[in-house]
Amino acid sequence: MTTRLTDVTSNYRRRKLVDSVMTGVAYVCTAVAVAALGFVLFYVVVRGLGAWNLEFFTSTTKYFGEGGGIANALYGTAVIVAFAALMGVPVGIMAGIYLAEYGENRLGNVVRFVADTMTGFPSIVLGLFVYGLLVLAYGFHGFAGSVALAVMMLPIVARTTEEIIRLVPDSIREASLALGVPRWKTILRVVIPTAMSGIITGVILALARVAGETAPLIFTILGNQFWNTDPFSGAMAAVSLFVFEASKSPYEAVQQTAWGGALVLVLIVLVLNLTARFIASRGSVR
Amino acid sequence: MRIFGETKERMDKRQADRRQGAPGEREVQTRTAPAVERAQEMVVENLSAYYGNFKAITDVSMHIRPNKITALIGPSGCGKSTFIRTLNRMHEVAPGGRIEGRVLLDGEDIYARDVDPVRVRRRVGMVFQKPNPFPTMSIYDNVVAGLKLTRRRKKSELDEIVERTLRQAALWDEVKNKLSESGTSLSGGQQQRLCIARTLAVEPEVILMDEPASALDPISTQKIEDAMEELKERYTVVIVTHNMQQAARISDYTGFFYIENMGDPGRLWEFDETDKIFSNPGRKETEDYVTGRFG
Repeated sequence: MTTRLTDVTSNYRRRKLVDSVMTGVAYVCTAVAVAALGFVLFYVVVRGLGAWNLEFFTSTTKYFGEGGGIANALYGTAVIVAFAALMGVPVGIMAGIYLAEYGENRLGNVVRFVADTMTGFPSIVLGLFVYGLLVLAYGFHGFAGSVALAVMMLPIVARTTEEIIRLVPDSIREASLALGVPRWKTILRVVIPTAMSGIITGVILALARVAGETAPLIFTILGNQFWNTDPFSGAMAAVSLFVFEASKSPYEAVQQTAWGGALVLVLIVLVLNLTARFIASRGSVR
Repeated sequence: MRIFGETKERMDKRQADRRQGAPGEREVQTRTAPAVERAQEMVVENLSAYYGNFKAITDVSMHIRPNKITALIGPSGCGKSTFIRTLNRMHEVAPGGRIEGRVLLDGEDIYARDVDPVRVRRRVGMVFQKPNPFPTMSIYDNVVAGLKLTRRRKKSELDEIVERTLRQAALWDEVKNKLSESGTSLSGGQQQRLCIARTLAVEPEVILMDEPASALDPISTQKIEDAMEELKERYTVVIVTHNMQQAARISDYTGFFYIENMGDPGRLWEFDETDKIFSNPGRKETEDYVTGRFG
């Protein structure tokens, strides 16, 4: 006697049950992950938005009493991250190109290992390193913070650039070589343009990663309540550092501006990430 | 035994049709084709090719005649692609790729100590199995990519080259109104003809084609075969193909590659005029292969 397709067997019932249980567990886990992010966002927006007003964006940071803003800290973050990008991005991209195109050897493997280790390096140790390198000799200054952030960016930019360039199919390289185009020109004029949107995405994600960093700045720029526009001399303020310092303040009003600063940081990271996604979606290699 | 007699006749008829052609079409052809004969012969002497310690082909000698189409056939993995890639030094791009023996282009050994592979590749162009237009470039820029990346040219000169090479590749009429669109927007068959035009634009003397039609539908294949027959008037053409009818239809000479025992390097089993290979081959394995008994 054969069973009909519609006959319900116990094995089938068991599979149905396991299936629905596992699907449920997956949904719950996803919900928990999203909820954590949503809660942080919600909380920062609710607490931070209250601090936003004209004074918040125009006056300098204050650690005591009422009022105060983040104007000097915003300027500091912008300048420090810009200098960090100026140093970290070109070196990182070049290193990534080397790793992808010429790095199939011992040296390449060593560089790759070092870069991966550096990516997971405690950022405060980078701050300490720059403290010994620059701050002891020249005092606290914004550029020292840039150096620390650049060192942080470097491995991220290098490895993402490498990964993206590896995504460019070899057939494209061969097409160019077979036309009698030298290898360096093939890389520069064919491979990199093909990978460009991906490289830019990687750079922006690295910027987003370091823009909110606090630890490397503690030992390098120190923080400053007053305007200091010169990144090469004197302590400087930065948004992340201000949030860290101000949140420890006993003054209610100062804590409030710290929330405002936190919201600014979250927005910076959000905008950078959205920009990265937008550029990535238009690229020829993803 | 004339296995492909029918096909051969069909081809002759097609060629005759083309010779008559529309008068206007002929005019364009003569106007745009440069007068210089650039085709060169290649002579391969006792060539062996390796990937690291693995010997892929051994002791291949071949005389590739100018203005002829030489087809390379044989079962998969017998070294046809490896061989054709040694002819413009693309073989050494692969990890561990190296050769022994000599490959002469117009009497000069392309593997001689001081020879720059880049210069070899400018004279010996290559079309690959999978169409590989540059994804960031327009159709126009794809065609002139080799020229733009190797030396400066005037815009008017480039325009002329784009039209001429796209005509030679039988693609001009399909793309003349959208030259600024992306090369990857074309169909697979059109992309492959774009790649042929791109190869022609750098004015090579020899054109290598590694299964150029294997990924294409019959109509695109037909167009590429038509283009190839015109190409041999000005170039030396070497083509790897798995399609024996194709080899019989278009080629003047045919080389049969074969591996006797698994793990051995591939050898050039037989090389002769195409008619001879397909009607009266000298070796049993060749006959078995071209009659479809294996492979």
